[in-house]
Amino acid sequence: MDYNATQSGFRQQPNMRQRNSSMEGPDGSQLFEDTSGAGPRTQSGYRNQQTEPQQAGFAGQSLLSDPMSNLAMAYGSSLASQGKEMVDKNLDRFIPISKLKYYFAVDTVYVGKKLGLLVFPYMHNNWEVSYQQDTPVAPRFDVNAPDLYIPAMSFITYVLVAGVALGTQNRFSPELLGVQASSALVWLIMEVLAVLLSLYLVTVNTDLTTIDLLAFSGYKYVGMIVGLVAGLLFGRPAYYLSLLWCCAAIFVFTIRTLRLKLLSEAAAEGKLVRGTRNQLRMYLTMSIAAAQPIFMYWLTYHLIR
Amino acid sequence: MAFTLYSLIQTAILCTNAIAVLHEERFLSKVGWAVDQGVGGFGDDPGIKAQILTLIRSVRTVMRVPLIIVNSACIVLLLLFG
Repeated sequence: MDYNATQSGFRQQPNMRQRNSSMEGPDGSQLFEDTSGAGPRTQSGYRNQQTEPQQAGFAGQSLLSDPMSNLAMAYGSSLASQGKEMVDKNLDRFIPISKLKYYFAVDTVYVGKKLGLLVFPYMHNNWEVSYQQDTPVAPRFDVNAPDLYIPAMSFITYVLVAGVALGTQNRFSPELLGVQASSALVWLIMEVLAVLLSLYLVTVNTDLTTIDLLAFSGYKYVGMIVGLVAGLLFGRPAYYLSLLWCCAAIFVFTIRTLRLKLLSEAAAEGKLVRGTRNQLRMYLTMSIAAAQPIFMYWLTYHLIR
Repeated sequence: MAFTLYSLIQTAILCTNAIAVLHEERFLSKVGWAVDQGVGGFGDDPGIKAQILTLIRSVRTVMRVPLIIVNSACIVLLLLFG
């Protein structure tokens, strides 16, 4: 009877875990593959747990075998899942979480290739984003797709490296980290808003979303980090040299990526297409690309003395 | 250089106020930026001037009431907390 009690008490947990994994199944196979190898390990973990608390289950057996508390536990868990569903549904209205998940579906190979592309974009030939039945392919399958993982990580790394740089000049205090983070964030938001405004004014029909623009504006933090670390390790000339290299790389990267999205088909392939509209679009692409090195210098020069 | 998020909000409020204050009769038609002077071609390309005029007009229409609320809140906050 004791064995039955512990069995019925612990049967809930394996069921709940199976329900969760089956809910994420169709979603997981598209975006996220579980490469963590945690599946078999948790199974054996449960078997260990089932043998152990046979001794400890004597104490809680009276609580678990009581039908009223069983009912209460079941009711409580259903309430909790209902609340979770409601929160998810309402949160999804304000922040599009499912769309955000696409931008974080990256893996190590993609991140490595993308970082190499951000520092050395001169050898890459095919810059088109591949599609799969009208939806863009997840970033882990296509190097050209924008993602939010690299911009987010490099933003945080930039704030930390700025803290280190200020520390080497004895100017550091913990509030300065927050000041650096918020001013860099403000510049980022202003840049994205300015790009959105100019895209609206030039009436470009493009499928660039706001989050795509956020991703492209966030890629310059990688170059800033490279310049800052070189400046910290080797002094000012190294800072200027590496910043120059990264500015040129980001300039070329931005032009080549945005050219395919903003310009019309013929102009994107390199042919000279006349007309004020195409000229405006070309100027827009060039100015967006030229703003990146300016921001890179503006946000880092005060950190290297 | 030390921007905070609050200064970004203040910048946005000030810019939106500046756009919403442009009066249609007294100022815009004198300059030649009235509503009916921008819509030239109904073809494919509205042009930058038409887009700007549409933007000014839509900011005036849409943001009038929210701007009243936001400005009042900003004034109260400034009076209370400096």
